[in-house]
Amino acid sequence: MLELQGIAVSPGVAIGQALVFDREGYQISRSRAATVDANQEWLRLKSAIDSAAAKLEASAQITADKLGARLGGIFSAQLQMLLDRRLHDELEQLIQKQSYSAEFAVSEVLNGYAAAFRRAGSSFLAERAADIRDIERLLLEGLTGVPTQTLREITNPAIIASHDLTPGETAVLDPRKILGLCTETGGPGGHTAIVARGLEIPAVVGIGPFLHLLRADDSIIVDGHLGRVIINPDDDTRERYLARREHRQSIARELTELRDLPACTSDGIRVELMANIEFPTEGQSCLDRGADGVGLYRTEFLYLGSEADPSEEDHFQAYVQVVRDMGGKPVVMRTLDLGADKMGMTPYAHQENNPFLGLRSIRLSLRNPALFRTQIRAMLRAASEGDIRIMFPMITTLDELRTARFLLRSVAEDLREEGHVVRNDIPIGMMVEVPAAVVMLDRFIAEVDFVSIGTNDLTQYALAVDRGNEAVADLYQACDPAVLRLIQKTWEIATQHQVSTSVCGEMSNHPALALLLVGMGIRVLSVAPSAIPVLKKAIRSVTIGQCQAMAWRAMRLDTAKEVDAFLQNQLAGLVPEMVLQA
Amino acid sequence: MSQFLSTATVVVRNPQGLHMRPANLLVTAAGKFTSNVTIVREGQAVDCKSILGILTLGAVQGSQLDLRAEGPDADSAIETIVDLFQRGFDEPTE
Repeated sequence: MLELQGIAVSPGVAIGQALVFDREGYQISRSRAATVDANQEWLRLKSAIDSAAAKLEASAQITADKLGARLGGIFSAQLQMLLDRRLHDELEQLIQKQSYSAEFAVSEVLNGYAAAFRRAGSSFLAERAADIRDIERLLLEGLTGVPTQTLREITNPAIIASHDLTPGETAVLDPRKILGLCTETGGPGGHTAIVARGLEIPAVVGIGPFLHLLRADDSIIVDGHLGRVIINPDDDTRERYLARREHRQSIARELTELRDLPACTSDGIRVELMANIEFPTEGQSCLDRGADGVGLYRTEFLYLGSEADPSEEDHFQAYVQVVRDMGGKPVVMRTLDLGADKMGMTPYAHQENNPFLGLRSIRLSLRNPALFRTQIRAMLRAASEGDIRIMFPMITTLDELRTARFLLRSVAEDLREEGHVVRNDIPIGMMVEVPAAVVMLDRFIAEVDFVSIGTNDLTQYALAVDRGNEAVADLYQACDPAVLRLIQKTWEIATQHQVSTSVCGEMSNHPALALLLVGMGIRVLSVAPSAIPVLKKAIRSVTIGQCQAMAWRAMRLDTAKEVDAFLQNQLAGLVPEMVLQA
Repeated sequence: MSQFLSTATVVVRNPQGLHMRPANLLVTAAGKFTSNVTIVREGQAVDCKSILGILTLGAVQGSQLDLRAEGPDADSAIETIVDLFQRGFDEPTE
């Protein structure tokens, strides 16, 4: 048994056979086509280029259908490269003048570009190297007629182990066949992570070199909660994970029956369970899970798929789709929350030594008003179709909140002048993620309609911990008493002013922490869609008094460790069938 | 009357350097002229009508590039391309 640690990017546990997905193993004859007519050879390659272009267009369509139009844009970059005239000249030269076979020419020329891109040392170009490999694979497929191993054609469900996955490979992932993903490279903001989350495939990335340790059909466990990959687990470990999975599945069956029931404590206190979503296509899965609405619609995906900034229409389509799918239920939209740590290919990223303290989120939006206005225009227009609420992320100072609200008002006026009907009752809120906002909340509160606590960033900023940094990651605890006090304080001030408080960080995905938050007074939780049924079950199993008692005692503990142990213990007592879930 | 050869020196202004979008703008712009347009960075010369070539330069903000156009419309080609660089490809600067 061998345990490896990586970065957990998509939750869930997968147990199965490993399928090592290794493109480098693709053999091509490194021959010169002396006996073949060079002209014929070039024509053969030209038709391979045509069919590769057609496939790229098809991939764009598949991705667009699955994850929205914007991510389909990954392929327009590849198409531009494939159709590069210069590339064609180089290929033709090798074939016509030096009698290379078409396959050999493709491999030589494209490897040359991939190497040059990697050498340049910028992360942007390194990503383009992955695109080049996609193009090479497509051309070789077309030439040999033999499909290279692709993730589309996997017959038996398996866990994919790979060095990395190219955009083209992730686009065709079929969640029914792919149980889990683990890759040597990659990070939380990469396309593999984003697509895996969108498709709800458990995934661990950034593991470091491990493929050489794997043999075909090794058994493997991917734990997308803890970022752990276990190769050939011993019987105990395997049993433990299998039991956990069996337990989850049986609960899942039971939970589907809860879908149409409200999340009420057994003594009738209603808690709103909302969903955090990333893609416009997720609206339906929120409804399937019985969500009360969308509590956090992240809008960053619009910037990840393509180079050009999304147009107002791109934004509008992405928003209106969710609003319509949710059929009148509230949809809380967060304005752009990009920073140097999670930039796609957009030109707004800057090399920063300390991106979490840098030009990100609302700061970036206010610095680029044109970008911000485009997004706000689309939100305001989409608001006429349903219950949209708008919130600004990472508000730190009153100036930021006022400037953002001012821009919003001026955009609304522009739209009205253009003849649009703009609602004037759209609730405007702020995220509480920076300790400064908690400290000053009594001033902020008069200028917002709701607040939403983003516990991921609040924890990070309150405890001064970069949770991506392994050396200090153990300090990152949302149940740290300091974080709990900030949440409590936020709720107290907001409640005094009759402003609603929701919690939308990962913290509320855990049943024990969710019950604690309910006990602290929180009545709106926004969580991953997949967590909704479990939380509903937990909430329906307890009384409000039990939650309050739990909160009262938890708030008197000294350390995160004590709080954690106490909560697990409480959960075991209150909702015994949930314990393995946590 | 256009010259046969025209050159210029430009500096990459936009913060992200010559990534996909500016490269695409350069290819589109250069493609409108019959002249051959070359970009040279530290001795490495690439065809301005090739997106792969331009990306290979890995030109970051502040890189100095020499432009060279040869052909009947060399002057206007250089003028158009220099203008793109001077506008920072219309990307937000700070």
